[in-house]
Amino acid sequence: MEHANVATEITIHHEPSDSTKRIWKVFWILLIITMVELGLGLSLYALSLPEGLRMHLIKGTIIILSLAKAYYIVSVFMHLGDEIRNMIMTIVVPLMLFIWFILAFIYDGNSYKNLRNKYDPYYKERTIEQKEKKAETPAQPGGKD
Amino acid sequence: MTTTAVSQHQTKWWSGGKSPFNVEYGKLMMWYFLMSDSFTFGAFLISYGTIRFSQNYWPSPSYVFNTFPGAGEANLPLAFVSLMTFILIMSSVTMVLAVHEGHHGNKSGVVKWMAWTIVGGLCFLSCQAWEWHHLITGHHAVLVDPATNKIEEWGQSMRHNPWGPAVENMTYHGEKVTRPGPVAFGGYFFGITGFHGFHVFSGVIINVIMLIMAQTGVFERRGHYLMIEKAGLYWHFVDLVWVFVFLCFYLI
Repeated sequence: MEHANVATEITIHHEPSDSTKRIWKVFWILLIITMVELGLGLSLYALSLPEGLRMHLIKGTIIILSLAKAYYIVSVFMHLGDEIRNMIMTIVVPLMLFIWFILAFIYDGNSYKNLRNKYDPYYKERTIEQKEKKAETPAQPGGKD
Repeated sequence: MTTTAVSQHQTKWWSGGKSPFNVEYGKLMMWYFLMSDSFTFGAFLISYGTIRFSQNYWPSPSYVFNTFPGAGEANLPLAFVSLMTFILIMSSVTMVLAVHEGHHGNKSGVVKWMAWTIVGGLCFLSCQAWEWHHLITGHHAVLVDPATNKIEEWGQSMRHNPWGPAVENMTYHGEKVTRPGPVAFGGYFFGITGFHGFHVFSGVIINVIMLIMAQTGVFERRGHYLMIEKAGLYWHFVDLVWVFVFLCFYLI
């Protein structure tokens, strides 16, 4: 195909690929990652794991797999990987703000929970006790308040 | 400008006389719009995460999302949302195939794959409509007042959350009874999936316009299918956001 008059901003033209092999490859990658994520999500349910290291490891794995999916969608489907470095950096560098954004706010939420549990006994009693009761079913039969 | 002249200046993108980003203006602006939109979604999801971390109890998605249309009361955790995810991934593939055909100036190919993308988008929206309707109109026995053992039947709404911790030794018409869950769940769920659904909806509208313009030969006369690429960027972004909505609401 001729590239004349497409846009004056474009100095170097990308040659369009002839086959759709790459697209379908990424489709299978996305599908398999999604299945694995789903399996892990269901394992959380099936094992009914208590809050702890194992649960956090599984959730962490799911998050990393989702980031891999995001990478494939942006890089191949949105063709960002084919653009020049200058362009990629103007998109990717501002997104680095998310690292601070997520860490700061999650930390804030967690600290709010700890403060409330510490200084509001009624709140702790209302929410934590129920949860423990749910976790160890046969141990507390008489706890119907 | 000839090819040899270009290759000589390849490393001097900032020396003037050419765009340092090597991307057509509209497409570049679409990228910046999507970047800002990702901050909007990011802010919503991080706000949800903050509230969730500030709670001692949060409902498990496998208990909340366990129904499938036509399957009645069968316990099928995450099955329906997997179907929705598959539909959206599939429509992303048909979109990228439309862009691929556009690169080769193949009008009928573009029209065909755009049509499939629209079908995928409409399927996704229908699934979401069913899911919302099912959650809102559900009946779940909730122990509203432990002092008097008062039980009410709640659906999931902005004000009511029936997915609290289960109450031991208590059933209501053979169904297990729960306490009220954190109210914020409904607002975040409907707010964020609704905002995403609105993006899907506007994406479908944009795709329909692109389909009509491709069909009537507007892009053919223009000599390029750049508009399909820009609409495609938006559509993939919608898919990308779903990856994270799926992650935050359904998986973890």
